[in-house]
Amino acid sequence: MLLITCPWCGPRPEIEFAARGEAHVARAAPDADGEAIAAALYLRSNTRGLLAERWRHVYGCGRYFNAVRHTVTDKFVATWRVGESRPDLGGEGTR
Amino acid sequence: MSASFRTAAGGRIDRTKRLSFSFDGVAYSGHPGDTLASALLANGVRLMARSFKYHRPRGVVTAGSEEPNALVTVIRDDGRTTPNLAATTVELYDGLVAVSQNRWPSLKWDVGALNGLAAPIFVSGFYYKTFMWPRSFWKKVYEPQIRAAAGFGEAPKAADPDRYVNRFAHCDVLVIGAGPAGLAAAGAAAEAGARVILCDENPEFGGSLLTDASATIDGEPGAAWVAAVVADLAARPNVTLLTRTTAFGWYQDNMVGLLERVTDHLADPPTPLPRERLWQVRAKRAVIAAGALERPLVFPENDRPGIMLADAARTYLSRHGVAAGSRAVVFTATDAAYAAALAAKAAGVNVVLVADLRREASPAAEAARASGIRVDLATTIEATSGGRSVESVRLARIAPNGSVSPGETVACDLVLHSAGFTPTVHLYSQSRGKLRWDDARGVFLPGEPHEDVTCAGACNGAETLAACLDQGHAAGAAAARAAGGAEVAPRTCAASGLSIEIGGHLGEVPHGRDASRVKCFVDLQHDVTAKDVRLAVREGFRSIELVKRFTTTGMATDQGKASNMNALAVAAAAMGLDVPEVGLTSFRRPYTPVSFGAFAGVNRGDLFDPIRRTPSHEAAAALGAPFEDVGLWKRAWWFPRGDEDRHAAVARECRTVRESVGVFDASTLGKIEVVGPDAAEFLNRMYVNPFLKLGVGKCRYGILCRDDGFVYDDGVVGRIAADRFHVTTTTGGAPRVLAMMEDYLQTEWPELDVWLTSTTEQWAVVAVQGPKAREVIAPLVEGVDLAAAAFPHMSVAECRIMGLPGRLFRVSFTGELGFELNVPATYGAALWDALLARALDLGGCAYGTEAMHVLRAEKGYVIVGQDTDGTLTPADAGLGWAVGKAKADFVGKAGMARPDLTGPHRKEIVGLLPDDPKCVLEEGAQITAEAYPAKGTHALGHVTSAYWSENVGRGIALAMIEGGRSRMGTKLHVPMPTGPITVTVVDPVFWDKEGKRLDG
Amino acid sequence: MADLTALPARVEDFAGLAPLDHGSRFTAAPLVPATRFVFRGREAAIEAATAAFGLALPRTACRAAETADRAALWLGPDEWLLLAPDGEGEAIAAAFREIAAPHSLVDVSHRNTGLDLSGSEVAAVLNAGCPLDLHLAAFPVGMCTRTLFAKAEIVLWRRAVDRFRLECWRSFAPYVHGVIADAALEYTDEG
Repeated sequence: MLLITCPWCGPRPEIEFAARGEAHVARAAPDADGEAIAAALYLRSNTRGLLAERWRHVYGCGRYFNAVRHTVTDKFVATWRVGESRPDLGGEGTR
Repeated sequence: MSASFRTAAGGRIDRTKRLSFSFDGVAYSGHPGDTLASALLANGVRLMARSFKYHRPRGVVTAGSEEPNALVTVIRDDGRTTPNLAATTVELYDGLVAVSQNRWPSLKWDVGALNGLAAPIFVSGFYYKTFMWPRSFWKKVYEPQIRAAAGFGEAPKAADPDRYVNRFAHCDVLVIGAGPAGLAAAGAAAEAGARVILCDENPEFGGSLLTDASATIDGEPGAAWVAAVVADLAARPNVTLLTRTTAFGWYQDNMVGLLERVTDHLADPPTPLPRERLWQVRAKRAVIAAGALERPLVFPENDRPGIMLADAARTYLSRHGVAAGSRAVVFTATDAAYAAALAAKAAGVNVVLVADLRREASPAAEAARASGIRVDLATTIEATSGGRSVESVRLARIAPNGSVSPGETVACDLVLHSAGFTPTVHLYSQSRGKLRWDDARGVFLPGEPHEDVTCAGACNGAETLAACLDQGHAAGAAAARAAGGAEVAPRTCAASGLSIEIGGHLGEVPHGRDASRVKCFVDLQHDVTAKDVRLAVREGFRSIELVKRFTTTGMATDQGKASNMNALAVAAAAMGLDVPEVGLTSFRRPYTPVSFGAFAGVNRGDLFDPIRRTPSHEAAAALGAPFEDVGLWKRAWWFPRGDEDRHAAVARECRTVRESVGVFDASTLGKIEVVGPDAAEFLNRMYVNPFLKLGVGKCRYGILCRDDGFVYDDGVVGRIAADRFHVTTTTGGAPRVLAMMEDYLQTEWPELDVWLTSTTEQWAVVAVQGPKAREVIAPLVEGVDLAAAAFPHMSVAECRIMGLPGRLFRVSFTGELGFELNVPATYGAALWDALLARALDLGGCAYGTEAMHVLRAEKGYVIVGQDTDGTLTPADAGLGWAVGKAKADFVGKAGMARPDLTGPHRKEIVGLLPDDPKCVLEEGAQITAEAYPAKGTHALGHVTSAYWSENVGRGIALAMIEGGRSRMGTKLHVPMPTGPITVTVVDPVFWDKEGKRLDG
Repeated sequence: MADLTALPARVEDFAGLAPLDHGSRFTAAPLVPATRFVFRGREAAIEAATAAFGLALPRTACRAAETADRAALWLGPDEWLLLAPDGEGEAIAAAFREIAAPHSLVDVSHRNTGLDLSGSEVAAVLNAGCPLDLHLAAFPVGMCTRTLFAKAEIVLWRRAVDRFRLECWRSFAPYVHGVIADAALEYTDEG
C-alpha cells in the first residue's frame, strides 16, 4: 500500500485516495473536432518513467491534487496543490 | 510407544509436564516446548507424510517453516481443521490431534505409491504432454481424475468459527527476525528512542542462540544475553514484541504484512482472543534479520525418512532433547555439519562416519577426528536403502579427476546432510531490493535496496555470531537515526559460538549412478529430481521461470525455500551457464502460507460490507417486506398482504397507486446541497439541461453526462433559493456524482463561488404517489398552498412537515400526482408511519422498489444504469429534449456531438410489446430481425426492462435497439431457448400518453 | 393537523446499539444529539465565520478548535464540521446568514451520528479499522480528520490522550459499531 503525501494533510495511506489518471489533460472545447475530443477523452501517454497524475484525497480533505509518480518504481516524486506551479524536478521530462 | 529417542537431559522443553497428543489415531506424549515434529521424532515416528507425485514415504527434513515434507492436518473440530501445516511449526499442546495427508488407506500402506512404479512415465511435463489427446477427454476424464488426486490435505467441511482481526500499526523501525542480529538491531533502535516492532515466527526470541550452548556474548552465555535483551525491550514503552509472528509480505513504501498466530499453540484458546491477527505495519525503516536456511545436498535417493538436514538434527537435540536416530552417517560439503556430528555423538548417537565431499581436511574435520569420529574425505553418498526409514547408504570415493568409484555400504537409521547455508533474502527481494551474486561463496546477497530497508546477520552473509551482532547493532542504530531517533554509539561485541558457512555446494553431488534414471530429489514436496530439471532444459526451456513451471520445482507450499538454489544450479549446469546468468525466480508473497481467515478478518457475515438501512427500515420489516440490495442499501421490495406472493403483491401495489395512492421510501436517493452565488452557473455547466433560468421553488429533471457525452446519472434538481439547490441523484450514483462534481469544481472551474455538501443521510424521504396523494399529505404539511395552481408539478418548497423543518417536492416517478416529503432523518420513521396511516385510511398502500420499477416503466421513464449502459447519449435514451442546445458549454457537449454518436445506427430506447400479451420478456435478452437468425447474426439490441403490467394488462418492455425510433410498429424477434418471441416496437410510454394524471 | 406530540425525542443512531463498556480499557458511548453544520467558503467568509460561530475556525490542516460547547473541525482547506449542542441550529444558521461573503452552510445534524471512545486501549481498537498512525506524536490531542474505519468513512477527533470522538453517517453506525465491538472483544476484562 502506497504512502502518499497529500499536499494538505501530509503522508497518508493509499486507501484514503482515489487515483484520477493522467494530469494536464485539457477538456475538449465545445466545438472541438474529433481528433481533439479523442485526445481529451481517450489518448494517454502510458509513460514508462515519471508521470504526472491527478489524485484525490477522498477519505481525507477531499482535495484533488497533482502528483508525479514513477511508473516503474511506483515512487511519488512530488505532490502539489491545484493552482500551485509544479515543483522543479531537476529537468526530468514528463508530460 | 516409548519416548525412546528423547535424550536424558537438555533442550528447552519442560520435562516435568507431559502433553498427550495423537497422530493418525495413535496416542503419544511430549512436553511443553516440543513441536509436533520433535515430539513425533522423540516417539520414534519418522514416517510423517507421503510425497505429492510418487507418494513416497517421507520424514521430517528441517526444524523450521521451510519444511518440505512433514505436512499434516491439525484437527480441533469440523470447522477448526487446518491442512498443510508443517509439523516443524506446530507447537504441541495437550490433546492435539494431527493426521497425515496424501495417503490412502493409510500412511504406511498407500495405494498412490504405485505412482512410484510408473515413475519413468511421470517425468516433468507429463501432464502437458499426456493429457492433450483426445481433446474431448480433458473435461470428462483427465481433469476430474487429476483433481481427485491433486492437492495436499482437505479443506475443512464446516465454516471456520474462529475470529481473525486486523491491526494497522506504525513504527520507526521494524525488525524482522529475533536471532542475534535482530535482537541487537532492536536493542540499538530502542535505545535510540525509536518506536520499534520486533517480530519472529518462532514462539521465543533468540534464533540460533537458543540452540547454541557454546555461545558467549561479552562473557555471558548466549541464552542469558537473549533473556536480558528481551527483558530490556519488553520494559520499553516504545517497543512492541511479537512472537509467533511471520513477516510474510512486503508491500509498497515499507508496508509489511505480519501474521501473528495468537492461539494456535493453546490447548483451550480463551474466547475473546482472535485465532490470528493480521498486522499491517508501516515502517519508516526496516531491518531484515531473517537468518539463513540450510541447503540440502542433492544425492541419489536422498528422500527417505531419517535423511534430514544436519543443523535441523542439531536443533532437535539442543532445543527439544531429541536424537532423531541412533546410528548416523553425516554427509557434508562444509564445516557446519561437524557441529551436528559432535552434538549427536555427545548425545549418545553412534556417528558412524562423516562423508565430506571436500578433498582437504578442514580444522573442523580434524577436530572431529580428534574426538574419535571417522571422517572420509572426497566421499559421496551414491545410494540409500530403506522403506519407511533409511537403513543404509552406499559410499563412493571421488577421485581427483572427478571419477567416482563405489565404496562400502554402511548401515544407519539417520543421515544428516548439509551443503551449506543460503541467506534468507525472500523478504528483501519482495521489497524490490536488488540481489547480487557472490561468486566466491555461490550465493545471492542483498544488493541495492529499493525501500528504506537494511539486511543484517546471516541473511546479509554474516557467518559468525560476532558479525551478526555487530551488523545487527549497526543496522538498528542507523535505521533509528534515519527515522529521526537519537545517535547510538557504535558497538562491537566480543562473542564466540557456532559459525555457519554461507554458500557451499550447489546442485547434484558427484555419483556413479545412471543420471538419466536415478532419483536425486531437488524439490522434495513436488517430487522434482535433478533429472527432471535437466529434462526441462533439454526440452528447450531456457528461462528459469519456465523451467520452474514445467517441472513445478519450487511451486509447492514451501515455495522451494530449501530447493530453489539447487534447482537453479542443476538448470545452470545443464545449460552450460553460470548461475547468475540464468537468474532467479521471483520471491513471491507470502513467505509462508497465510490463512484466508487472516486476510478476511472482520469482513465476513454481517460485517462483510456496511449494510445501510433507511430510517423506516424497521417499519417495512415489520410489514413483512423483503429487501432488495441496491448498492450497500437495503430497500423494501414489496409489501405482501396476507398470503400474497410477489407477483400478487406487486400487481396490487401498482394498481393501488394508479387508483388511489401509495407511499414509497425514497430515502436512499443521493442528495447534494449545492450552495453559493454561482450555484446555478455551476449546475448549468454540469448538467445537459439549462439551469440559469430555473426559478426559486421550481424543480427540473436533470441529466448528467460525462465528457464523453454518455448519460452518467440523473435526478431532480430543485431550487430552494437563488443561491441554494437541492440536487438528487440515483441511489447507487450518489458518491460518484459528488466526486465528479467536486472534480470539475476544484480543477476546471475553481473560480466559481459554489460549494457541495452531501445531504443524502440528512433527509429521510417518503414519496406519496397517486390520485389521493394531496389528500394524504395535506394534514402533515404547513406553509405551502398545495393547490395545483399554487404548487404545480415540478415545484419545491421549504415548509413544516409534522412540525419539522422539511422540504416538499411535487415530483412524480409514476406518472401520477406525486409528492416527495423530506424531513430530518431522525424523524423518518415517524413520517413514514404517519403517511402510511393516512394512505391506508384512504384506501392506499405502501409500495416497494419492484412496483416503483413497473410504474415508471409503464410511463417509459428510464433508469440510468438499467436502461442505459454507459454508451447512450441523452438522445439515444429519448432524453434529447432535455439538452440545453443554446448553452455554450456543458459537460459532454463536445462528446455527444461526435459524428459517430448520431445517425441511424445508434441504439435507441423504445418500447416492446410481445405479441402474446401474457408474455414477460427476459431482461438482457437479445433482439433480432429474424425469428431464427443464423449463427453469428448481429443482434439489433437487447431488452433492458421487462415487467408484467397490471395496469396495462399485459407484458411490457423497454429495449435498446439500433435505429429503434425508426422501427415503430415493426415486428422483431427475441430468440429464446424455448423458441422465438415476436414483439412489436412501440413508443415507450404505455400509460397516460398525454400525461394528464401528473396534474392530479 | 398532525399530532406533533407524537414525534419521538431525538435519539441518534448509535444510541440504539448495544453499549460497549469494558471499563478503563475501552468504552464506547453514544453522543448526545448534536447540531452539526458543514461550513464551506473562501477567505472573507472564513474570517466572518469566527464572529458568527463564536469560535475561530482552525486554519491548520487537521486540527480542531473548541469552546465549552462548540467546536470547529478542519476537514479540508475550505471545509469545517461545526458542532454545537442540540437545538442551536436555528440560531447558528441565522448568525451565518449575516455573512455577506459567499459561503455555504449546510445542516448535517441528522446525517452524522457520533461515538465517544475512551480507554487505555482505545487506539488499539481504532487501529483495527483505521489505517492512520494514532501515536500521540503523529495524531496529537486536538487533531481531527476524515479517514476510514474498515469500510466506512468517519471523522476522527482526538479529545484527550485516551479519548476520541468518532462521527459517521447514520446508516453506517451499525457497521462501525459492529467492527468496534469485534475489535474490543479482547479488551473486555480489566487489567
